[in-house]
Amino acid sequence: MLSRIAEALFWIGRYIERAECTARILDVYLQLLVEDPVIDEEATCRSILAAMGMAAEEDADIASILRLLLHDPQSPTSIAYALESARENARRSREVVSTEVWEALNTTYNAILAGELERMRPADAFRLTRERTNMVSALADHTQSHDDGWQFIVLGRHLERIDMTARMILAATYATGSAGSWSVTLRACGAAHAFTRTYRASESERAAAEFLLMDRLFPRSVAHSLAVAGGCLEVLDPRQRRLGFGGDAGRIIGQAQARLDLMSLSDLFSDIPAQMEQLQLMCASATEAVAKRYFEGAVAPEWLGGAL
Amino acid sequence: MSQLFDGYAPRPSTYDEMFDGGTARSGYLGVRRQMERLAPEEMSARSDYLSSTYLDQGVTFDIGGEERPFPLDIVPRLIEGDTWSTVESGVRQRVRALEAFLADIYGEGQVFNDRVIPRGVVTSSPHFLRVAKGIQPPGQVRVHVAGIDLIRDAAGTFRVLEDNVRIPSGVSYVMTNRRAMSAALPEVFAHHRIRPVSQYPNKLLSALRACAPSGVTDPTVVVLTPGAYNAAYFEHTLLARLMGVRLVEGRDLIAQAGRVMVRTTHGLHPVDVIYRRVDDDFLDPVHFRRDSMLGVPGLLNAARAGNVTIANAVGNGVADDKLVYTYVPDLIRYYLGQEPILPNVDTWRLEDPQHRAEVLDRLDELVVKPVDGAGGKGIVIGPRATRQQLDELRARLLADPRGWIAQPVVQLSTVPTFINGRMAPRHVDLRPFAINDGDKVWVLPGGLTRVALPEGELIVNSSQGGGSKDTWVLAGDNYQSQGHTGGHAEPEPAAEGSVLHPALRARHTARSDGAPDTPSSPGMSQTLGGMTQTLGTTAPSTGGAL
Repeated sequence: MLSRIAEALFWIGRYIERAECTARILDVYLQLLVEDPVIDEEATCRSILAAMGMAAEEDADIASILRLLLHDPQSPTSIAYALESARENARRSREVVSTEVWEALNTTYNAILAGELERMRPADAFRLTRERTNMVSALADHTQSHDDGWQFIVLGRHLERIDMTARMILAATYATGSAGSWSVTLRACGAAHAFTRTYRASESERAAAEFLLMDRLFPRSVAHSLAVAGGCLEVLDPRQRRLGFGGDAGRIIGQAQARLDLMSLSDLFSDIPAQMEQLQLMCASATEAVAKRYFEGAVAPEWLGGAL
Repeated sequence: MSQLFDGYAPRPSTYDEMFDGGTARSGYLGVRRQMERLAPEEMSARSDYLSSTYLDQGVTFDIGGEERPFPLDIVPRLIEGDTWSTVESGVRQRVRALEAFLADIYGEGQVFNDRVIPRGVVTSSPHFLRVAKGIQPPGQVRVHVAGIDLIRDAAGTFRVLEDNVRIPSGVSYVMTNRRAMSAALPEVFAHHRIRPVSQYPNKLLSALRACAPSGVTDPTVVVLTPGAYNAAYFEHTLLARLMGVRLVEGRDLIAQAGRVMVRTTHGLHPVDVIYRRVDDDFLDPVHFRRDSMLGVPGLLNAARAGNVTIANAVGNGVADDKLVYTYVPDLIRYYLGQEPILPNVDTWRLEDPQHRAEVLDRLDELVVKPVDGAGGKGIVIGPRATRQQLDELRARLLADPRGWIAQPVVQLSTVPTFINGRMAPRHVDLRPFAINDGDKVWVLPGGLTRVALPEGELIVNSSQGGGSKDTWVLAGDNYQSQGHTGGHAEPEPAAEGSVLHPALRARHTARSDGAPDTPSSPGMSQTLGGMTQTLGTTAPSTGGAL
């Protein structure tokens, strides 16, 4: 696998997952703003922006959230930006991604170019995003050979998923301990149904956090994503099982897994924001290690592809 | 039945490929009948389908970094089997002559000593590269892929307009057009026996493998692209994907100690054959443009050492020079001892004083072209130029006569084209593609028909608002479709005579009686575990009957 292609595939995985998670978050929070008459619109909007790493603007309202996170292709946190970037990375690896993956990405991009995301009702735009991103992921899983290239897509997908889950949990803690906030987070993670089936209706903050962070069977939990990402790295470099070295992505992921496994729930709960920030940092340094190990062979002065 | 073609008026003194006066030519009767069974709205819907499917699939070319879908017209262009045989032999003849010419001028230069073409014409070409002198390409092939541009004059005769033996592009649209058209017009398709175009990637890969450096038994082939902003990037990705080889950019390659390697996630791997789609000037900053980031430093030294095959070879551009073009009929006579099968368009050489005087005298009725122009750039069509443009042109011709040729305005043939819901004549040209594996020259049945979409426009180039048409070579009675031969066997026209049973056909074509390499007596290729074996006749490299 060419280093340059590996990098493009990794970022397709990340951008697709990013678009999907952003759509879930926005969908759930915007419903909340509409349904709950006492909720402070501006504070909630600010907390969403903060969780996404955006400095809140003067007047944080629904319109500005939709622009920054949904349809403005210039905004690096928007769904439009993520989908365009995924498509651009696919264009640069077009002989490797399957034609079906390419067409799904390309038609989505054409819709964005035509201004669909802005024109649609937001709920429809989120559904379109969820459907298309899930379609791309499924097509990647079902029409591509599960070779190294596919491992890079899956690795990117799960590192992004960990990062986004951490951001959603962070957003819940920002929302000033309102009783409903964890249930909102569960919904935003697409986990409400699975959680209820696992824990019945006995919802508690503790159970929700435990489920999102530690459940090994739920595919969007941090523990599950860490396991998948670690598995990809093992396939990509089988030697790693015997010889680890500092800064190596496998080791970073392994450490995060061990922490999560060994930490008591009360320790975890004592400072959720710090723990979530640590998870995000972990994703960044794992990405850096992967880039160093696999991508830099091809880094050229004029690299214009996926933004880091 | 709709009256789709009613009111269609061919342009005066122009050959219309579908209509002879008011009646459709025999080859087109089926197309006319089938299309007229569709309501006009249905035709529009099918035509819209063609545009949207290209948009969805990203079948595009880039102009100034902007991706644009390549317009595909719904009316196919037909070429009957016997007409095609002539074109095919003519293209093959041309490629063989140019191949011999390039080998000669980068070697001994016998053609100069024999006074067939003045040495100065070649050495003054900006595309004649001294650095390529003495490089012996593996397999003795320089022109691995050729695209010979043809037009049809007022009498319907195919003439060569120019040769492209550097990095001709457009073949990807031949393949995508066929796929899109069979989906858009299945009923019209079903009524014709059309020679398939899908073997191209397979033929290209075998030719590239056949020309690998000596001693390499399982060569690694890559396609080298300048990157996603190149106009033909779509084509590069398609060819790499269909051949199943890596598409690389210059920065993915590294030349070390006379070998070329590709950087992968598992380290460096040797590369044996580079199908490059990067211009000479950008290929190796050591020898050419030092500011180039698109190429690979040291690539040329690796080629000189015989460790890597560059396809097409460096320095081929001299054969594309439009002044050299005027000598090609002589080159065919000189190298092959044959008369040219496809005539040139009459051409004046501006550097010849007599020609120059005549051209300057008739500037307002001729087409004047720069000798190294591509993409229709710099062409001045006399009858359409203003007084001032002609005066400017006159000054430029006098300043640099070597840089220009002049031709009469040839009315390119027209084919009905579906424009705004009705049929209108539009000018077309044809670029057949030939692949040379060092043994045989194979010509893809058909090629790219480019169509000038603005009314009366004679420049069909895609960068000048051109579109394309699917080009159907009709299989004659002696042609067997792919279905009969099955498996991986390559469809080729059967030898003269009636349809043969597949087993008989194999025996028949596997004869080795030295039959000449004519379109009607092919060898048959079989793909065996990735290796292509050619069974049967081999053509004499030069001098034999074609």
